[in-house]
Amino acid sequence: MIETYIPLFLVFGFAIIFAAGTVMSSGLFGPQRPNEEKLSTYESGMKPVGTAFERVSIKYYLVAMLFIIFDLEVIFVYPWAVQFISLYTDPAIGTHAFYSMLLFLVVFEIGFLYVYKKGGFKWD
Amino acid sequence: MSLETILFYFFASICAVTSVLVVVRREPVFSALFLVLNFASLAGIYVTLYAQFIAVVQVIVYAGAIMVLFLFVIMLLRPEKEKSIFSGNPTLQKLSIGVGVLVFFQLIYIIIAGTISSGKSVAAEQRIRTGEVEFIGRELITNYLLPFESIAFLLLAATIGALVISKKKFE
Amino acid sequence: MNLTSTDYLNILPLLLVGAGILISLTVEMYSKKSVGFLSWFSFLLHLLVAYYSLYTVNNVSSVFGGMMGTGGTVNIFYFIFNFGAAIVALLSMDYIKKAEIYFGEYYILLQSAVLGMMLMASATDLVMVFIGLELMSICFYVLAGFQRKNVRSNEASLKYFLLGSFTTGFIVYGMALIYGASGSLNIQSIFSMLSAESTPILFYVGTLLFIIGFCFKIAAFPFHMWVPDVYQGAPTSVTAMMSTIGKAAAFSALLLIMLPLIGSKNPQTFTPLFTVLSAASMIFGSIVALAQTDIKRMLAYSSIAHAGYMLIGLAAANDTGASGIVFYLAAYAFMNLGAFGIVSLIEGNGDTEGTIESYAGLSDRNPLLAGLLALFMFTLSGLPPFAGFFGKYYVFIASLEAGNVWIAVLGALSSAISAYFYLRIIVVMYFRKSDVASDNIITESHTSLLGIVISAILVIMMGLTPGSIVRLINSF
Repeated sequence: MIETYIPLFLVFGFAIIFAAGTVMSSGLFGPQRPNEEKLSTYESGMKPVGTAFERVSIKYYLVAMLFIIFDLEVIFVYPWAVQFISLYTDPAIGTHAFYSMLLFLVVFEIGFLYVYKKGGFKWD
Repeated sequence: MSLETILFYFFASICAVTSVLVVVRREPVFSALFLVLNFASLAGIYVTLYAQFIAVVQVIVYAGAIMVLFLFVIMLLRPEKEKSIFSGNPTLQKLSIGVGVLVFFQLIYIIIAGTISSGKSVAAEQRIRTGEVEFIGRELITNYLLPFESIAFLLLAATIGALVISKKKFE
Repeated sequence: MNLTSTDYLNILPLLLVGAGILISLTVEMYSKKSVGFLSWFSFLLHLLVAYYSLYTVNNVSSVFGGMMGTGGTVNIFYFIFNFGAAIVALLSMDYIKKAEIYFGEYYILLQSAVLGMMLMASATDLVMVFIGLELMSICFYVLAGFQRKNVRSNEASLKYFLLGSFTTGFIVYGMALIYGASGSLNIQSIFSMLSAESTPILFYVGTLLFIIGFCFKIAAFPFHMWVPDVYQGAPTSVTAMMSTIGKAAAFSALLLIMLPLIGSKNPQTFTPLFTVLSAASMIFGSIVALAQTDIKRMLAYSSIAHAGYMLIGLAAANDTGASGIVFYLAAYAFMNLGAFGIVSLIEGNGDTEGTIESYAGLSDRNPLLAGLLALFMFTLSGLPPFAGFFGKYYVFIASLEAGNVWIAVLGALSSAISAYFYLRIIVVMYFRKSDVASDNIITESHTSLLGIVISAILVIMMGLTPGSIVRLINSF
C-alpha cells in the first residue's frame, strides 16, 4: 500500500527543505559587503570573456554510452538476484534459474571483454 | 481525498509544469535539467500506480544515466541554430501542434470512454504484487525467458555499435 | 517452461546464429587478422541455418510458453533471411576492402541483424516483435554508417537512425493501445478476445499505428523519405541487405498481424488503408524512378514501388495474398541482391558516383556481368518467365479473388511504367559506347561473382517452378 512509502516521501521532503534552507540561510544570515571584485564572475583568476556556453569536447562520452548499456544489464540482474533463492528451491524451475542468468551474463561479458580488448575504455 | 490521489496530483502537476518548461526554455541545458525533474516526477507517478520496480528503474536509468548523456551531447554540439527551428519553419510548427492536439484528444478519449480494459481489471492485491521486484524476477526467468535472453543480444549489438560508430581510433 | 529435446531442435536455427555471434566476437577480439575467417564463417553459418530451416519446415510448434512459433512460414522466412545473408557475406568479401570497411565487426553486426529478423519472424508475442525489430534496426543503423570518413554514409546512418527511432515510437505506442484494448500481448489471445465482443476503437487506432510504423520499415509511399538517401549513402553491400531481407523481415511482422485477421469474421478491415498505400507506393516509386540518374537511387525508388506491389497482397487479405507476398519477398530478395552485387562491383571506390551513364558499353567490357544485370533487370521489371513475374502474378490474382480489380489494373500499369527505367539500363549497357566511364575499373572478385550467379540461378529456378513453392507456403 502507498502508506508504506510515507517515510520515503518524508526523507525526500526533508532533503528538499534542508538543501533549500542551507542555500537561502547563507544569504539571509551571512554578512554582505559587496565590491566590484567580489561581484565579478569567478573564473580561477582568468578574465571572463565571451559566452559561457562553449562547445566542450567530452573525452569519455564513449564510456558514458557504454555505462548506460551496462546499467541496463544491472537492471535485469537485480530482480533475478532478489528472487533467486525462491526460484532455485522451486521444483519446477531449479537450476534453470541459474543457467538462464549464466547465459545472459556470458553473452554480456563477452561484449565487455570485447570493448576492453578494443580499447574502448582508453582515453583517446 | 486519499493519500494516493493527493500524491498523484502532486507528481502530475510537477510533471506537467516541467514538460512545458522543457519545451519553452531557450537554453538546451536548462531544458535537460527540467527533463530530469520531469523523469523524477514520472517515477513518483509510477509509485502511485504500484509499479515500484519501474519507478526505481526510471530514476536509475533515465534520470541518472541517460540524462548524463543528454548533457554530454548538448555540451558537445551546442545546438545554437536549433533555437530558431520553429520560427524559421511555420509548417513544422503547425504540424507539431497538430500532432500534439491529436494525441491529447486521443488520451482524453481514453479517459472519458474508460472502457480500455473492461472486464480485465485485476484485484488491488494482485496489482500491488505485479509491480514488485520479486514478481518481475520470477516472470523474467519463466514466462519471459526468450525476451530476456534476446535482450542480452540486443545490448551486445548496441555495445559493438557504440564502439564502431564513436571510437576515435578504430581498427 | 522446461524445453524438451524436440523444442531444442526446433529452435536450433536461433541457437546456431546466437552461438555464431559469440564465436565471431571471441575470434575478433583475440585475432588481428580475423576478417577473412569471419567472412567465410558467416557465409557457412547462414548457409547451414538456411538449409536446416528448410529441412525442418514441417516441425510446426509453439515454444517458450507461446512467445514464438517454429516451422511453416516461420522457417521459410528463416530460409530467406539466412540464404540472403549468406549471399551478402559473399558479396561483401571483396567489397568491404574496396570500401575501406575491412573490419570483423561488419560480419558480427550482419549476424546480429539476421538474429533480430529471425526473432521478429518467429514472434507470436508483441514483446518479441519489438525486441527483434530493435535488434535488426540497431545493426542496420550502425552498418549504414560504417564508412566513418564518408559524409554520405554518416548522413545515411543519422537519417535512418532518427526516422527509425521515431517510427519505433509509433510501433510501441500502437502496441500499448492494442494491449490496452485487449489486455494481452500474445497475438492469438488478442484476436480471440476481440472476436468475442465488440472491438473497441482503440484496437483499430493501435493497429493503425503499428501498420504505419512498419510501413516506414518496408518503405511504402508516404513514409519513404529516408529510402533514397539511406540506400545511396550506405555501403552497397549493406544496402543490398537492408532492401531485401530487411524488407522481408518488416513484412513478416505485418503478416503476423494480418494472418489472424484472414480467418476472422471481418478480414477486410484494413483493406482500404492497404489499397491506398499500395497504389500510392507503386505509382510514386515507378514515376520518380524514371527521373533518376544514379543507379542506387533508381533501385531505391524501385524498392518503394515493389513495396507497393507486395502491399496488394495484404490488401487482398486472403490466403493467396499471404503466400503471394512470401513468394514475392523471396523473389525480390534474390533479384535485388544480384542487382546490388553487380552495382557494388562496378561502382568506383571513393567519391565516384554510380551513375547509369557509367554502365555504357558494359557488354563490351564485361559481357558476363552485363548479361547477369540484364537478367536481373528483366526479372525486376516483372517480365515472364522469371521469378519477378510470378511474384506479381500471385499478388494480382489474390486481389482479383478479393474482388479488388482496379488495384490489380493499377499494378499492371505501374509495372509497364517501371519497365521503361529497367530496360533503359539494358539499352545503356548494350547499345551505347562507353565514353566517360572508360576509367571506371570493374572490381575483380570471384566471391561476389559466385554470389551473383547463385542469385541468378535462384531467380531462374523460382521462375520455373513457382507453383510448387507456393504450394509449400500454402500448406501451412
